[in-house]
Amino acid sequence: MNPQDYWITFPELLIWFPLVAGLFVFFIRTEKMVKIWSLLASLIILSISIISLFYANNTQHFYLNNVSYFWLKYLGSNFTVGLDGMGHLLTALTAVAFPIIFIATYKINYKNANVFYGLMFLTQAGLMGVFTALDMLVFYFFWELAVIPVYFLSSRWGGERRIQATFKFFVYTFAGSLLMLVGIIYIYMHTAPIAFADHSFSMNAVYTAVLSPIEKFWIFWLFFIAFAIKMPVFPFHSWQPDAYVQSPTATTMVLSGVMVKMGIFALIRWILPIFPDAVSRFDNIVIGLSVMGMIYASLIAIKQDDLKRFVAWSSIAHIGLMCAAVFTKSEIGLQGAMVQMFSHGINIIGMWIVVDLIEKQTCTCKISELGGIAHKAPTLTIFLVLIALANIALPLTNAFVGEFMMFSGLFSFSIIYTAVALLSIILAAVYTLNMVQKVFYGEVNILTEKMQDISVNHKLILSALVIFIFLFGVYPQPLLNLTKDTVSVILRFY
Amino acid sequence: MNAIILTTIWGIVMMLAGAFIKNKTVPKYLAILGLTLIIIANCLQLNSGISFFSVDVKEMLHFNSFNLTFINVAFCCTLLYFLLNGRDIEKVGEHVSEYFALLFFILCGVAIISTFNSLLMLFLGIEIISIPLYILTGSDKRNLKSNEAALKYFLMGAFSTGIMLLGVAFLYGGSETGSFYINNIISSSTSMPSMIAAGLVLLLVSMSFKVSAAPFHFWTPDVYDGAPTVFTSFMSTIVKSASFFAFVRLFENAFGSLHQQWQTLIVVLITATLLIGNLTAVFQQSVKRMLAYSSIAQAGFMLFSLFALNNLAKEGLVLYAAAYSIASIGIFAILIKLKDYTIDGFNGLAKHQPVMAITATIFLLSLTGIPLTAGFQSKFYMLLAAVQNSHHIWLIIFAVLCAAISAYYYFRIIQAIFFKEGEADNFVEMDITPTFNLLLIFTSILIIVLGLFPNLLINWLYF
Repeated sequence: MNPQDYWITFPELLIWFPLVAGLFVFFIRTEKMVKIWSLLASLIILSISIISLFYANNTQHFYLNNVSYFWLKYLGSNFTVGLDGMGHLLTALTAVAFPIIFIATYKINYKNANVFYGLMFLTQAGLMGVFTALDMLVFYFFWELAVIPVYFLSSRWGGERRIQATFKFFVYTFAGSLLMLVGIIYIYMHTAPIAFADHSFSMNAVYTAVLSPIEKFWIFWLFFIAFAIKMPVFPFHSWQPDAYVQSPTATTMVLSGVMVKMGIFALIRWILPIFPDAVSRFDNIVIGLSVMGMIYASLIAIKQDDLKRFVAWSSIAHIGLMCAAVFTKSEIGLQGAMVQMFSHGINIIGMWIVVDLIEKQTCTCKISELGGIAHKAPTLTIFLVLIALANIALPLTNAFVGEFMMFSGLFSFSIIYTAVALLSIILAAVYTLNMVQKVFYGEVNILTEKMQDISVNHKLILSALVIFIFLFGVYPQPLLNLTKDTVSVILRFY
Repeated sequence: MNAIILTTIWGIVMMLAGAFIKNKTVPKYLAILGLTLIIIANCLQLNSGISFFSVDVKEMLHFNSFNLTFINVAFCCTLLYFLLNGRDIEKVGEHVSEYFALLFFILCGVAIISTFNSLLMLFLGIEIISIPLYILTGSDKRNLKSNEAALKYFLMGAFSTGIMLLGVAFLYGGSETGSFYINNIISSSTSMPSMIAAGLVLLLVSMSFKVSAAPFHFWTPDVYDGAPTVFTSFMSTIVKSASFFAFVRLFENAFGSLHQQWQTLIVVLITATLLIGNLTAVFQQSVKRMLAYSSIAQAGFMLFSLFALNNLAKEGLVLYAAAYSIASIGIFAILIKLKDYTIDGFNGLAKHQPVMAITATIFLLSLTGIPLTAGFQSKFYMLLAAVQNSHHIWLIIFAVLCAAISAYYYFRIIQAIFFKEGEADNFVEMDITPTFNLLLIFTSILIIVLGLFPNLLINWLYF
C-alpha cells in the first residue's frame, strides 16, 4: 500500500476531530444541546479509536497509521504524526476517558457550557497530538497546547482558591517545558541534515543525534525536569494536590486520568532512546527519587482528611512506581508501566466519580465528617470497594497486572529499591481500607443521612469501569500485544 | 528609496492638510491612504526593483530584499496601528494632522536606519526618529506627566546622541582609510585598535539606550508611562524594532569580524536586561508601566540576535519585530479603551467585551511565547540562533526561566480579564466600533497565522 491510497489517516482523525468538535460546540447556545453534541462527538472519537485498534499492525497498515506533511520546511520540522503500539494505547485511553467523563458529569451545570465543553475538546486534541507526534517540535507544540485549555477550565470553573492553584500548576509546567525546549533545540543542532534543511526535528534524526556524553547528561536533566513536573515525581509534585482539589471534577479527571500520563509517555518516547548513557548513569537517582516519592506520598495519604487530596496523593504514589519501572529499562518493567498507564487512567477516573458523588450529596469531602454511606447507598459502596481494591492492586484487578510486572522489573534492577517500594503496597492497603472504613461504614451521621443511591447513568459508567478493571485484570494480553513493538524498539537502544 | 522619499512627501502633505482641512477625522483617512500607497510602492521596489526616484546615494544607503522586507514589516505594523488607533490619535489634542505628519517623518527615519550603509546616515536616521518622538511624547500639553516625560526623554536622548556622535568620530579616526562606511571601518579581523574599541563601546551604549537595554533603560518606564498611550504604543513597538534592526545591522556589518571580542558585552547586556525587565514588571500595578517594563524584557530576547549574529538570528529578529509589534499594538489598543489602567481595570472584561477579552488573551499569550502564536515562533528562532552560535548555554537557560517569569505578569492580566468580577461602570460608554472589534480579530488571526507559518514572512527576506 502507498501513502496516496488513503485520503486521511487515523492520527489525523484523532487530532482534527476533537479540534473541529471543540470549535463546533463553541457555537452551540443551549446547555442541553451542548452536552448532547459533546457526548456524541466524544463517542465518535471513541469509535474512531476503537476502529484504529483493528489496524494497529504497523507492518501491514503503516500508511494508515503514519502521515507526514511539510511544515517548517527550511527548519527541518515536518508535521509528522503516527501511531505505534504505545500511541494506540494512550490515544485509546484518551478516547475512552472523555465519554466517561462527560456522562459522569452530565448532571453538573456549567455557566457558559459551550465554552467549557469546547475547551475540553481542545484539551483532548492536544493530548491526542502529544501521543501521536513523531516530530519533536510538533510534540512540543501539543505538549504546551494541551495545558492552555486546562488552565482556563480550572481557573474559570474551579473551586475557591482556583486561580492561585491553577496558576501554580501552569507556571510549573511552563517553566519545565521551556527547559525542555532548550534541550530540544540543542539536540536539533546536532542532528544530521535532511532535504531542504541542515538539521531535523524528526524522531529518527533526534534518536541518532550525535552528542558527547557530557552534553547528553545535562540535556537529560532538562528533559527529565519537564517530564517530572508533569508526572509529577517527587520533589516536583507540589502543584498537584492543589490543582486536583481546585479544578472542576471533569478537568480533574482529565488531569489525573490522562494528562499525567504525558510525562510517563514522554519518558518512554524521548528520554529512553535519546539518552541511553545518561539513563544508565542516572537511573539510581531517578528510581531513588521515585521510590522516595512513593513512600512519602503514601504516608501523607494516610494522614489526609480530605477525600480529594487523598486521591491526589495516592495517585502520586502510583505514578512514582511507573517512573521507577520505566527507568529499569527492562522489558517487563516497561510493559508493566504501559499497562499501568492505561489501568491507572481508568481506576482514578472511577475514584473521582465516587468522590464527586459523595461531595455532591453531602457537601463535604472530609473523611472525618463522613460515615455509614454503605447503609444509605449500597450500590455506590460496592462499586467503590471494587475500585478501591484496584487502587490497592489486588490480584484479579487490572492494577495488579501492571504493578506486578513493574515490581518484577524493579526487582531485577535492585532488590533494595524493590523492598522499599513494596512497602507502598502495604501502605496503599492501609490508606485505602482506612478511607473505605471511615467513609462507608460506621455510624450514619447528619451529613450522610440524606444520601441517596446512585442514578442509572452513574451505574452504567461505574459498571463499565469495573468491567475494564476485571477484564484487563484477568486477560491483559491485548494490552501487552499492543505495546510489544514499542518496547522492543525502545530496548534496542540498550 | 521609494519609502524614504514618499514618507517625507506624505509627511509634508499631512502638515499642509492641517492648515486647509478643519475636519478632525479626515487626516486619519488621508494618513491610512498615504501609508497604503507607500507600502505598495515599497513592495514594488522589493518585488520588481522599480524605484520611482533615481538618486545617487553613493552607497550611503543600501537596498536589498532583507532591508526592504523589514521596512515593509514596520510599515504594515504602522498601518495596523493607524487602523486600530486612528480614533484615539484624534483625541490626543487639537493638531491631529500634525501628529500624523510627525509619525510619517518617524517612518522616514525608520526607513533610513533600516538601509543605512554609512554612520552618517545612521546618525541622521536616529535623529529623524528621535525629534518627532520628543514632540509626540509631550503632545498632551496640559498633562504634567507628559511634559515631564518629554523633557526627560529629550535630555536623555540628546545625551545618548552625543555619545553616539563621539563614537562615530572615534570610528572615523580609527579606521585606516578614514571612512564613514560601515564596511570599511575594520581592516583586519584579528586585532582591534583602541580607537575602534572606544568607538564600538560608545556606539553600543548609545544604541542600547535607544533600544532600552539595561542598564541604559532608566528613561523607558517614565517616558512610556508619561507619553499619551497611543504614542507609547508606537514608540515601544515600531520605533524600538527599527532601532534593533539598525543595531544589528551596524554591529554585523561594521564589527562582525570581531564578534568574539565584544560578545561578552552583549552577554552582560542580555543578562541585565532580562533580569531587570522581568523582575520589575512583576511588581507593577499599572498595566501601562508593566508593559513598559515588559518591553525591556522583550528587548532582552531581541538582543539574542546580536549575541548570535547568524542567519537564523537575522530572520528571527524580523519575525520578532513583527510578532512583538503586532501583539503590543493590539494590547495597547485595548488598554487605551479602558478607563482604569491598573490591572484591576481589566477585571470582568470578558463579561462586558468578549471580543476584546479573547483577542487580548491571544496578544498576551503571544507576548508570553505560547505555541501557536507568533510570539512563540520568534522566541523559538532566537533560541535556535543562540544555540547554534554559542557555548553560553547557561545564558539560554537563564533566558527561558525569565520567559517563565514573564508568564506571571502577563497571566495576571488574563486572570483579571476572565476570572475576576469587575465593576460594570468601568465598561459603560466605551468608544468601541464594530470595525475596531473586527480589526482586533484580524490582528489576532494574523498572530496565529504567523505562529503556524512563520515562513510566510521569512521567505520574503530572500526574495
